[in-house]
Amino acid sequence: MQINTPFFKQRAHDALADVNLQKALGNLKAGFPEKRAIAVSRMPEFEQLRDQGRDLKNHILEHLDLYLEQFENKVIENGGHVHWARTADDANRIILDICKQVDAKTVTKGKSMVTEEIGLNDFLEANGVQPVETDLGEYILQLRHDHPSHIIAPAIHLNLEDVSEAFHANHHRPKSSDPAVLMQEAREVLREKFVAADVGITGANFCVAETGSTIIVTNEGNGDLTQTLPKTHVVVTSIEKVVPTLEDMTLFLRLLARSATGQEFSVYNTLSTGPRRKGDQDGPENFHVVLVDNGRSEMVGSEFQDMLRCIRCSACMNHCPVYGAVGGHSYGWVYPGPMGSVLTPQMIGIEKGGMLPNASTFCGKCESVCPVKIPLPKLMRHWREDEFEKHLQPKAARYGLAGWAFLAKRPALYKPYTRMASWVMKTWAGKNGRISKLPLAGGWTDWRDMPAPQGKTFMQAWKEQQKAGEQP
Amino acid sequence: MSAENTTAMSRTEIFANIRRGLNRSENDSQRQQTVENRLAARADNLIPQRAQLPFAEQVDLFKAMATEAVAELIELNSIDQVPQACADWLSRHSLKQLISASNKELTALDWSPLEQQQIIRTERVAQAGDIASLTLSFAGIAETGTLMLHSSEQSPTTLNFLPDNHLVVLHRSSIVGAYEEAWKKLRETFGNAMPRTVNMITGPSRSADIEQKLQMGAHGPKKLIILLIND
Repeated sequence: MQINTPFFKQRAHDALADVNLQKALGNLKAGFPEKRAIAVSRMPEFEQLRDQGRDLKNHILEHLDLYLEQFENKVIENGGHVHWARTADDANRIILDICKQVDAKTVTKGKSMVTEEIGLNDFLEANGVQPVETDLGEYILQLRHDHPSHIIAPAIHLNLEDVSEAFHANHHRPKSSDPAVLMQEAREVLREKFVAADVGITGANFCVAETGSTIIVTNEGNGDLTQTLPKTHVVVTSIEKVVPTLEDMTLFLRLLARSATGQEFSVYNTLSTGPRRKGDQDGPENFHVVLVDNGRSEMVGSEFQDMLRCIRCSACMNHCPVYGAVGGHSYGWVYPGPMGSVLTPQMIGIEKGGMLPNASTFCGKCESVCPVKIPLPKLMRHWREDEFEKHLQPKAARYGLAGWAFLAKRPALYKPYTRMASWVMKTWAGKNGRISKLPLAGGWTDWRDMPAPQGKTFMQAWKEQQKAGEQP
Repeated sequence: MSAENTTAMSRTEIFANIRRGLNRSENDSQRQQTVENRLAARADNLIPQRAQLPFAEQVDLFKAMATEAVAELIELNSIDQVPQACADWLSRHSLKQLISASNKELTALDWSPLEQQQIIRTERVAQAGDIASLTLSFAGIAETGTLMLHSSEQSPTTLNFLPDNHLVVLHRSSIVGAYEEAWKKLRETFGNAMPRTVNMITGPSRSADIEQKLQMGAHGPKKLIILLIND
């Protein structure tokens, strides 16, 4: 996928002015956070589950090599194949090779962010294999030559009219604006694709070391048809998804749906273990697992290790005021929101991804809803430090910060300077106490007035209050 | 470079990176012991209170949660009533077909009530266009009203996903409180070999991908009917 992260500012600017996008984003704000809050309130042990989830992920990461070895052995024992991909390119070539082995013409796909990350669809298409997305949201996007703007609600940036037009243009049926009719249309069109596909590709939410099983968590059932009907099932997932036992997987399942959609449980939680058994009348004859690294193994032992705990629930972006205002496409690559702001610089480099860890108000909401308690603001701050050390920020920001630091470290200068600045701003603002234009602060004053300081600096007010306290 | 070489080289590099990051060597017997112990113990993590109620309350919770997830619940006193219940439900919806799993418990029943309604019952895998299927549930999990089914010679997985309507027989005695109890039951039945597919199903298929508005019946069954046998 094309990398547009360096243009975050412009894209965010455009997104704010995009009436249709703002309408679509309104659905998000009213939906997921409220549903999550209800689900959490119905599970009194939720906080304890979060603590256990964090601790278990930490244990897994400290033993990641060993659990991966165990998982690999078990998959092979069950008659499956395991492939390791250091890079996105490696993963694509491995998957294409599997498709070529069975002479595949079309491939159905369940929803998978890892395949977005490696750019699988474009690669397969360029090599003569037609991928068909089957998740309703992903299918809509494929018809529109678009990309997901959210990791679990990929088409959240679209409105009903967009879907209606895309279906009308592709399905050759009368145009409808009834979501139920549109879904039925997709159901009928995709049913033929499910049956005709030579290979089914899904992701995995977790890989169970104990049994060599992979699990997908869905609501539509498309992932299940994808992996059950074709002769070959390829699971494309990443190395940090391994968990020790079924009991350990269960801990994360209790956290996942509640944090993601606010459901008590997703409709379909399906475990796949190897190819079809002797006597089975359906199910794939070949079972492959492609374990993608793509920068993750370098995060082990680094200041970003905590990010590998992520279970891709999307709670951080659902609650993020920045994501809610500008939408996922503004972030310019596969993973948006707070989790994307930490992950993207790791995968495409801080030189290109540096804008993202700066696209945060550090309000801390993301960390407070994360089911595995990833300190997202702290990790974004690490990237900012990294960016500063590598001299990647714009000159104005660097010099501005350096100038402020110079003053702040010298109270004898800082106090008179702030006193003067606050007097100037107050005078400038005039009677109503608001500033409508301020040099270097257009980003603020273009959209709203800046409230002027009310005369005294914090230090002055503090001093006076202390004095007043001494004289009862 | 061949795909096989790619995967071998990738594997070496990935493991080297992880071990370098963790500052560990390949042969660290203490870590290995920790991992082996955890895999052998299969210890429970926190199980919510709601999944640890007395049995009768678990059954009530199962019913409430399954209904909340938009499953239809039909209670029967004996498995012998299943053919009549299927005939009634199908004819109420003007449907003339039932594709059935071939578990002995199901095949042994007297299916003449279907014939009286001209409903044709077949035992086979599901195909695109099938209208209704009947399968047997391995367990019911009370905490979220979830059914657990698994693939077998008698019960092909497509029956759970392709037909528009999915009827599932569940014995009251198969209801457990927590997912963990279902895993234990699965291990007791299959030893250490998992069935190819284990399906946990909570209500019928749905999607909210169009404007975040929930629509029922995306790609899986549009209706899920649980025939609960109170034996």
